[in-house]
Amino acid sequence: MTRKLLLDKVNVEGIAGYDVYRKNGGYRSVEKALKTMSPDEVVEEVKKSGLRGRGGAGFPTGMKWSFLAKPEGVPRHLLCNADESEPGTFKDRYLMEKIPHLLIEGMIVSSFALGANQSYIYIRGEYMYVLRILEKAIAEAYANGWLGKNILGTGFDLDLSVTPGAGAYICGEETALIESLEGKRGNPRIKPPFPAVKGLWQRPTVVNNVETIAAVVPIVNDGGEEYAKIGIGRSTGTKLISAGGNINKPGVYEIEMNITVEEFIYSDTYCGGIKNGKRLKACVPGGSSVPILPHYLVCKTAAGEDRLMTYESLADGGFATGSMLGSGGFIVYDEDQCIVRNTWNFTRFYHHESCGQCSPCREGTGWMEKVLHRLEYGHGKMEDINLLWDIQRKIEGNTICPLGDAAAWPVAAAIRHFREEFEWHVNEPKACMERNYGLVTEKTFETATA
Amino acid sequence: MSEQTEKIKVTIDGKLVEVAPGTTILNAAREIGGEVVPPAMCYYSSLKGSGGKCRTCLVEVSKGSEKDPRPMPKLVASCSTPVADGMEVKNKSSEKVLDARKGVVEFLLINHPLDCPICDQAGECHLQDLAFEHGLEKTRYEFKRRTFDQIDIGEYIKLHMTRCILCYRCVYTADQLTNAREHGVLKRGDAAEISTYIQNSLDNDFIGNVIDVCPVGALTDRTFRFKSRVWYTKPMDVHCECSKCSGKAVAWMIGDEIARITARKDQYGEVKEFICNDCRFNKKQKSDWVFEGPRHIDRHSVISANKYEDPIPEHTPLLNKA
Repeated sequence: MTRKLLLDKVNVEGIAGYDVYRKNGGYRSVEKALKTMSPDEVVEEVKKSGLRGRGGAGFPTGMKWSFLAKPEGVPRHLLCNADESEPGTFKDRYLMEKIPHLLIEGMIVSSFALGANQSYIYIRGEYMYVLRILEKAIAEAYANGWLGKNILGTGFDLDLSVTPGAGAYICGEETALIESLEGKRGNPRIKPPFPAVKGLWQRPTVVNNVETIAAVVPIVNDGGEEYAKIGIGRSTGTKLISAGGNINKPGVYEIEMNITVEEFIYSDTYCGGIKNGKRLKACVPGGSSVPILPHYLVCKTAAGEDRLMTYESLADGGFATGSMLGSGGFIVYDEDQCIVRNTWNFTRFYHHESCGQCSPCREGTGWMEKVLHRLEYGHGKMEDINLLWDIQRKIEGNTICPLGDAAAWPVAAAIRHFREEFEWHVNEPKACMERNYGLVTEKTFETATA
Repeated sequence: MSEQTEKIKVTIDGKLVEVAPGTTILNAAREIGGEVVPPAMCYYSSLKGSGGKCRTCLVEVSKGSEKDPRPMPKLVASCSTPVADGMEVKNKSSEKVLDARKGVVEFLLINHPLDCPICDQAGECHLQDLAFEHGLEKTRYEFKRRTFDQIDIGEYIKLHMTRCILCYRCVYTADQLTNAREHGVLKRGDAAEISTYIQNSLDNDFIGNVIDVCPVGALTDRTFRFKSRVWYTKPMDVHCECSKCSGKAVAWMIGDEIARITARKDQYGEVKEFICNDCRFNKKQKSDWVFEGPRHIDRHSVISANKYEDPIPEHTPLLNKA
C-alpha cells in the first residue's frame, strides 16, 4: 500500500479552503514547531529525514538550510520557487491548485526554522489562476492568525506574499529568480557569492521548490526518522511525479521512492501502460533537461538490475547509460515517436528560453536548433551529427547557470542512444518526412555496446 | 597596526604569485603578466558587476586550495572566481581550457558579420585578436546570421548591434558613469539587443566612453566613421585643461590633423580615466591639446604588427606564421 504524505487529502471536498483543511489536521505542524520546537530542532528533523530538493538537482535540504549564513542583525529570506517551467513537469501546479494551504503551512514552518520573517512565493506568470488560489489561501491564513505578527502568541512574525514572474523559464534558476524578484531583468547571477550568503537584496536567502517545502509539513508532524523510513537509501520519502506522454493514465502521482520504473509505467495504479497497446521506445524520467533513455535502459540498468524510481537508480551508469530523477517530469515515448523531432523540439525550447547573457548558451542553443531542424526536415548532412555532438560538448559546463547543461544533455543523450535514427534522417530524407523511424526491437544493451 | 593584509599564494601555469585575498584569478594572472593572462572580452576592472559573461577567460582549477586540494569540477570564469591560498590554476597549459576557449570563440563568431574590412574597430578589436589566436580558419556555421538595423544613438555614437557580442560593458558604463539608466538590454537569448529606451538618444557628458569600452565595432564614433583605418593613424598622448574630466587622452593623427580622440587604454584594453564628450568629440584642433609624445600600443593587434612599432618580440613567431 502506497503511503501518501502530500496528496493524501487531495480529494477531500473543499480542501483548498481553510476550514476543511484545518479540520483535516492542517496547520498541526505549525503548532508543533512554533510551540514545542526550536528553529534548530526543525532543521535537525529535516536533516534526519534525508529530504532532498525536489526541484531537480536533489541537493539535501537540511544541509542547504544549515549553510545559510546568519550574520547578526541582517534579515534572512525564504523563497519558494514555484516557477515550474520544465517541459513535462506539472506537479507543483497540481499541489498548489488542489491543496494550497499545505504550501503555506510548509512556508511558515520552514521560515520559522530559518529565522525568516519575510518570505516569498515566486510563481510563474502563466499560473495566474493558481496565484489567485494562493492569494486567497494566504488571506485566510492571515485572518486566522497563522501569518502576521506574533503567530500563536509565540513572538514569531512572518509575512508571506506571492509574486508572479513574467514568463521566463530562466527565472526558475535561483539567482535569476532573485534578480526577477528584486524587479530586475531575470539574468542568473555569477556565483560565488551563493544565495545562502548573498541572495535577495544581498541578504542570506534559501530558495526551495514547492514540493520540498510542502514535504517539511509531514516531516515535522511525524518526525524526520519516520519520513526517512520511506524510500530506499538516500532517496527518502515520497516524490510527486508528473507522468505524461504516450501512457494510458497521464497525471500527477505521489510515489514512495522504492517502486520500479517498470511498475510505474505498466501498473494500473500509476501510468497504466503504454497507450493503444504500443511498445515503449524511450523515456525521459525527469523533465526535458535530463538525458533520454532508450527502451532497453528504462526498466533495467546497464548492470541488468531493476531500475527504481529513486535518485540513485535513475542515475545509475552516469550519463552513459543512466539519466536523472530531475524534477519528476516523466515522459514516455511509444514506438511511433521520432527522437530527432523530440530533440529538436526540446532544443527549440532552450533556444527560446536562453537569457542571452553568456556566449555558449546564447549562440550554441540557436545553432543546435537550426542543425536539428535541418536534420528533422530531411536537409541534414552526415557531419551534422558530429557537429551537434561538438556543439553540445562546448556548451556543457561552460555556462553561468545550468540552462546550458540542460540544453546540452538531451542532445547528447539522443545522439548517444539513437545515432542510427539521426543517420536514417540523413540517408532517407524523403522517408523521414513520411514516416517515423520506429523501434529497433533487436537493439539491446548488449548489441548497442558490442 | 596590522594594516598589512596577509598575502596568499596562487600558481598559474606553474608561475607563482602572491596576491591579496579576494583577488580574482584573472587579476592574479595579470600581476604575473604575459602568456598566462587569460583573454577577457566582458570583464572591465573599473566597471562594477562586469565579467563572467563571455566565457573566454575560462580556466581550469586543478587544485582548489591548500585546505581543500580537490580540483574544481568545471572550468571557471577567471574574472569572477576569487583565488584561495595554494590554488593551482591552468590556463594555456590545459587542453581542456584551450578547447573550451576555441568553442567560445566559435560561438562568438557564428553570428558576427565578419565585416572587418569595413569596420572602424578593425585593428583594435578584441574579437579580432581573440579569433586570430584561438579561432578556426573557417566557419562551421551554415545558416543566416543574425542582423539588426543600425541605430544612431545620439549625435556622436553609432550602434551597430549586428557586431555586438553582448558583453554588457556599455550597459555598466552608462549605468555607472552617468546618472540616468538610459541604456540596457532588450529581449533575451540570441535575440537580445543593446538598446536605449525606445531609441532615445544617449545624451550625457560621459556617454562617449561606451565607444571605448566596446570590445568590438558595435559602438563606434560617428565623428570618425570611415575616415581612416586605425593602423594608418598615429596615436599621440595628449592632454588638455578640462573642467569635467582629467583631460588625458590619445589623439589619433592623420598627418597633421586629429582624426579622433579616445581615452587612454592600458595593455588589456581598459580605460582607467574616462574622458568627457567635449574632449572626445569637439576638440579636434591641434591647438586644443598639449602633445606629450607617441603612445605605445601594447597589443598584438594589426597596429603593432607592422606599422607603428616593432612587434612585441614574443608574438613575432605567431605573426610570421599567420
